[in-house]
Amino acid sequence: MMDRREFVRELLVDRGDLLVVPGLGSATYDVAAAGDHPLNFYLWGAMGGTVMIGLGLALARPDRRVVAMPGDGDMLMGLGSLATIGVKQPKNLVIVVLDNAHYGETGMQPSHTYAGIDFAALALACRFKHARTVARLAEAADVRALLHSGDGPILVNAKIDAEDVPRVLPLRDGHAIKQRFIEALNSA
Amino acid sequence: MHSPPTIEHSWPDAIHAQFRRIGIRQVGYVPDAGHSRLITLCKDDPQIADVVLTTEEEGVGLVAGAALGGQRAALLMQSSGVGNCINMFSLLRNCGFGCVILVTMRGEFGEFNPWQVPMGSITEDGLRLAGFLTYRIESPDDVDDIVGAGCDMAFDGNLQVAILLSQRLIGRKQWTK
Repeated sequence: MMDRREFVRELLVDRGDLLVVPGLGSATYDVAAAGDHPLNFYLWGAMGGTVMIGLGLALARPDRRVVAMPGDGDMLMGLGSLATIGVKQPKNLVIVVLDNAHYGETGMQPSHTYAGIDFAALALACRFKHARTVARLAEAADVRALLHSGDGPILVNAKIDAEDVPRVLPLRDGHAIKQRFIEALNSA
Repeated sequence: MHSPPTIEHSWPDAIHAQFRRIGIRQVGYVPDAGHSRLITLCKDDPQIADVVLTTEEEGVGLVAGAALGGQRAALLMQSSGVGNCINMFSLLRNCGFGCVILVTMRGEFGEFNPWQVPMGSITEDGLRLAGFLTYRIESPDDVDDIVGAGCDMAFDGNLQVAILLSQRLIGRKQWTK
């Protein structure tokens, strides 16, 4: 198991021109804690929709690398999206599930992954090019390499500690988050 | 075997032509009899990425992602699919993502299946409550004009627009068995 903040910080070191879509709740706080960036599309809602936002973005910008980063509850709510992504086979899309096996925002109730439901196996069944589970911080560098150059679609299930960490709250105004992202992408 | 074009075939072609005019580049859909010709036109169009969804709700995220990447997207769904999207529609309204949804209506004119009626009868009100502008089309003659106007409003103003294609326009569902 990994410290979620350390893991996400490691993934986003030298992020270059990665486009990052973190899911609502702790994933958004983790990505903000790693350093605010205009090419983060922070979600404060849309539970279950994170990886589909990643797909729309990946299809629109095949020249860029897209990382969708849902929590386990968010991914569970949009499991069908794995099949949809498997049909489209976007080469530039990587999903990193921040899996603490609990619903952190609602009082740390255990999620389906606590009972052993396996996202990496589901992704492979959905024709992802590559899927794996990581549980050690030493593997973060390998995952970072996948974000930048792996042949997608890729899913990495990251087993992180179910500890409560301080919230780091980024922009919350949806129009502002969107506008900042689009302007940064257009100026790059 | 292709049958010759008929008046019934012309309205999906008019919608597709409007998609081309406004620059729609992604179309999300769940397979649907009423939208079948439009889906085929979109699949055959190299300018459009067609994305077949497991549930209509996925399409809302797709629209948002496309817009972040600078592309316009449209969704095709049945009235029942609108109910699958309600909470996710918050994403479009919260961030001001322009969106056009073409809704084939069930549960109204000549509906054979009563299980379609509860959702079909609240589809337009539900869309309005979720922040959509809604337009309803009863006649094939109005398709080009209304879809064109709806697309312009959606993408000139980052608004959420739903165009309801009435069951009378689409034709009664044919039950062969």
